[in-house]
Amino acid sequence: MAESLSQQAAGPGQQAPSPSGVKAGRLPADQPQPAATTKVPGRLELFLGFAKIGALGFGGVGPWARHVIVEERQWLTEREYAEVLGMGQILPGPNVGNAAVMIGRGFHGLPGALLASAGLYIGPLCILIVLAMLYDAYGALPRVAPFMTGVAAAAAGMVIGMALKMGFNLKPPVQLVAVGLLAMGAAAWLRLPLPLIVVILAPLGIWISLRLARKPQP
Amino acid sequence: MTGEDDLWPLVTGFLGISLLSVGGGIAVLPEMHRLVVESHGWMDGLAFAKRYALAQAAPGPNIMVVGLIGWHVAGAIGMVSAMLAMCGPTSLLAYAFARLRRRVAGARWMRVFERGMVPIAIGLIAASGLLLASGAAEGWLPVAISAGSTLFVWRTRRSPLWVLAVGAVLGALFLH
Repeated sequence: MAESLSQQAAGPGQQAPSPSGVKAGRLPADQPQPAATTKVPGRLELFLGFAKIGALGFGGVGPWARHVIVEERQWLTEREYAEVLGMGQILPGPNVGNAAVMIGRGFHGLPGALLASAGLYIGPLCILIVLAMLYDAYGALPRVAPFMTGVAAAAAGMVIGMALKMGFNLKPPVQLVAVGLLAMGAAAWLRLPLPLIVVILAPLGIWISLRLARKPQP
Repeated sequence: MTGEDDLWPLVTGFLGISLLSVGGGIAVLPEMHRLVVESHGWMDGLAFAKRYALAQAAPGPNIMVVGLIGWHVAGAIGMVSAMLAMCGPTSLLAYAFARLRRRVAGARWMRVFERGMVPIAIGLIAASGLLLASGAAEGWLPVAISAGSTLFVWRTRRSPLWVLAVGAVLGALFLH
């Protein structure tokens, strides 16, 4: 769920739809007749589409995934994409990576899932190998290290800014803001292990959310 | 410091983190920091922050930082095994659960679950940013760059890549 929110916060202007409120939809594999507005990609097309998403995804792939899948190639409708992403968010793992597996499977079964994932990761992995080699060779040089420290400081601020943007866009009730702040304090200052944080705070957050859902909205 | 002996802890460490990563990649950054910096000392906080920045500046999913860490610990094999550990089992789960999505989307329990969990994910992301910032904070200028970049990303809709470029220029000019 974090990545989809970050798409809204940090993406190049596209708004990912919220998975909540989506009732029904379908993928071509579930329905023999695909919706009139969507197209079924061939295997190569599936690979190339996800390769494009991976290669374009500067600062995260979320917004690009939606752009390519829904707008440009029209493989899925907005609603279908929201469903896939929503499922990708409640499962562990990178959200768009999970979406690639599910969309690939929907169109071409196991080969589709493998091709979509390979497309998503292969381009960035090659670029990353080159970057890692460059970093090993030049990263510690006196003229490069300060440059990288500047980028690292900026990237750190980017993450904090994204969290602030997500938090303020969501306008959560004060009890849930407190849960978020507890999570932040526990991870950043107390340095508690993540399983402990989740085991304590997840039931609290869900309990608050449940109470809020039961209470009639003013 | 690093090498073959570290491959196994690397793989098991990221396997464990991947199964906890409900909410995407950035929320588990504090846990990666613990594994990489605190438990095994594969790199210091600054090197960790720099690798995150490198992955952020390159195209691809944010989770690629795992590949860079793997590369640092055990070379190309480390990169591929770390990525497989982080994405393999969760991809299998996604494959297995792909057909449940229609039942899940829009379900009431799903909205309740999400509403309760999202603040935790956001808090963890903020913690990730604070940890990265303290790793990069060598003197006042990196702190100022982090603060400026926080404000820019929070308050404007421009591409966040601008802050990386400005951070690079300021770092190259004024840090030493």
